[in-house]
Amino acid sequence: MGDNIFEIQNLSVDVFDMARKPIIGAAPRLEILKDITFNIQHRDVIGIVGGSGSGKSTLGRAMLRLIEPSGGKIVFEGKDITDLNESELRPLRRKFQMIFQDPMSSLNPRHRVAAIIGGPLKLHGFARVDFLIEEALDHVGLPKSFKFRYPHELSGGQRQRIGIARAIAVKPNFILADEIVSGLDVSSQAKILSLLQKLVIDLGLTLAFISHDLSVVRRLSNKIIVLKEGTLIESSLTNKLFETPEHPYTEELLAAIPLPDPGQVWE
Amino acid sequence: MVDTPRNINRKIGLRMWLSGGWLLFLLLATLFAPIISPHDPLAQDLFASRLPPFWMDGYEATYYLGSDSLGRDVLSRILYGAQIALLVALIASTATCVIGATLGVLAGYYGGWVDLVISRLVDIWMAFPPVLFAILLIAVLGTGLTSIIIAIIVIDWTRFCRVIRAETMSQSAMDYVASAKAAGRARFGIMIKEIVPNVLPTIVVLLTLEMGIAVIVEAILSFVNLSISTDFPTWGGMISEGRTSVHQAWWVIVFPLITLFLTVLSFSQLGEGLKDRFDPVLR
Repeated sequence: MGDNIFEIQNLSVDVFDMARKPIIGAAPRLEILKDITFNIQHRDVIGIVGGSGSGKSTLGRAMLRLIEPSGGKIVFEGKDITDLNESELRPLRRKFQMIFQDPMSSLNPRHRVAAIIGGPLKLHGFARVDFLIEEALDHVGLPKSFKFRYPHELSGGQRQRIGIARAIAVKPNFILADEIVSGLDVSSQAKILSLLQKLVIDLGLTLAFISHDLSVVRRLSNKIIVLKEGTLIESSLTNKLFETPEHPYTEELLAAIPLPDPGQVWE
Repeated sequence: MVDTPRNINRKIGLRMWLSGGWLLFLLLATLFAPIISPHDPLAQDLFASRLPPFWMDGYEATYYLGSDSLGRDVLSRILYGAQIALLVALIASTATCVIGATLGVLAGYYGGWVDLVISRLVDIWMAFPPVLFAILLIAVLGTGLTSIIIAIIVIDWTRFCRVIRAETMSQSAMDYVASAKAAGRARFGIMIKEIVPNVLPTIVVLLTLEMGIAVIVEAILSFVNLSISTDFPTWGGMISEGRTSVHQAWWVIVFPLITLFLTVLSFSQLGEGLKDRFDPVLR
């Protein structure tokens, strides 16, 4: 399937379980992700949902090779990137970007916005960096003068816009958004989601959107995968998932969505 | 860079003015000691021994802060003593900082066996009682300015190493590090460009604290006569000599003590003030 941007095959991630480490000897391994398989096609907006500790963030970071997988295969644009080392990976890194959950932590507090957005641009050898920074700011609806600001001089929503600007500035093919609205108030959430929706269409992005909130995911994505305790329990088209959930856990998640009118039921 | 109103408005504050002022005064005193000292700090004059400071009866002109039992001028000796104190403070603490902070950043950032080796070394090192360690070192190296500086570096690098390691570890866990990795920045580049700027305020505070500590260590060592030779005035040496005549001439011990106290206090206050100023972030 040449149409796939990401092919994840039997991906597993485990870590040392330090809590159960014996006094002498190695700590046992704790499986965080077990045997995950799914594909992301070009122009897909895929929602990755699951409760706390279900491994959704780990899955995202492992896909982008920010965490080392312990087994399985990650294929990006037809190329197996599972065992590439950091320098082999570098040219590819431009093509898949990430937006982080907490922009206060993901924006270096000692760098101005220009350096935060411009750093990756310079690293990947872009010309006219200044112009591209301003273009990225424009895309996320912030004035050019924000270049000179430090992250702490911005509001939560503005910070997250900078996080988005940094990700789109290098013109990636794929963006992973990890719980990017969960730290924001409802009105900022709505604005950021509209912005993301617009960017996905305007820039032709393929997006993976990690969230615990199904109503947010429903708004954005055409496909959804559901994780529970490190296992992929359901993967289907968004409409189908909302109409006929296959797994009881998915039904539970659907039932947990707050309704605008509590008397009403999902159709 | 135009749009930075908060940096312009930040006040320096009384604390910084006082501590910085005192240290600047000391620095000028060391540079111009030969010109401004009323007397030769080594010249003895037994006819002018134990003269009281200027506001007391029996004061003799130009011995502003009195004289010691050998008739040497206290003020001139304090001014010349500042040379050694500041020299030790600047050189020893800077070298200590460079060595300790470098090892701390490496241990905290790279982790694994690098951290294991450095951390165990620190643990072993800190099990030695510091003052005894210093005295032992001086005994091996011989007295002199270089030995004191080496002793301070050898003993105190662990202080930096520990704190900076912990700070580096907590910074490494931040998402801006993951984000730099996602952008494709090399590990060493992440350490230098992303983490070090965030650890820098802590380094600056430790550095200034260490300057104060270096002044004290130098004073302790000259107090036990292990500093540089007695022909050169040092604050610790003056305190040590003044001890014997404290009942007859308290000024011989009190003025160097006050100077020492103010200097150490100024260094630590300067560090605190610098941290606030350096930091664009509310931590």
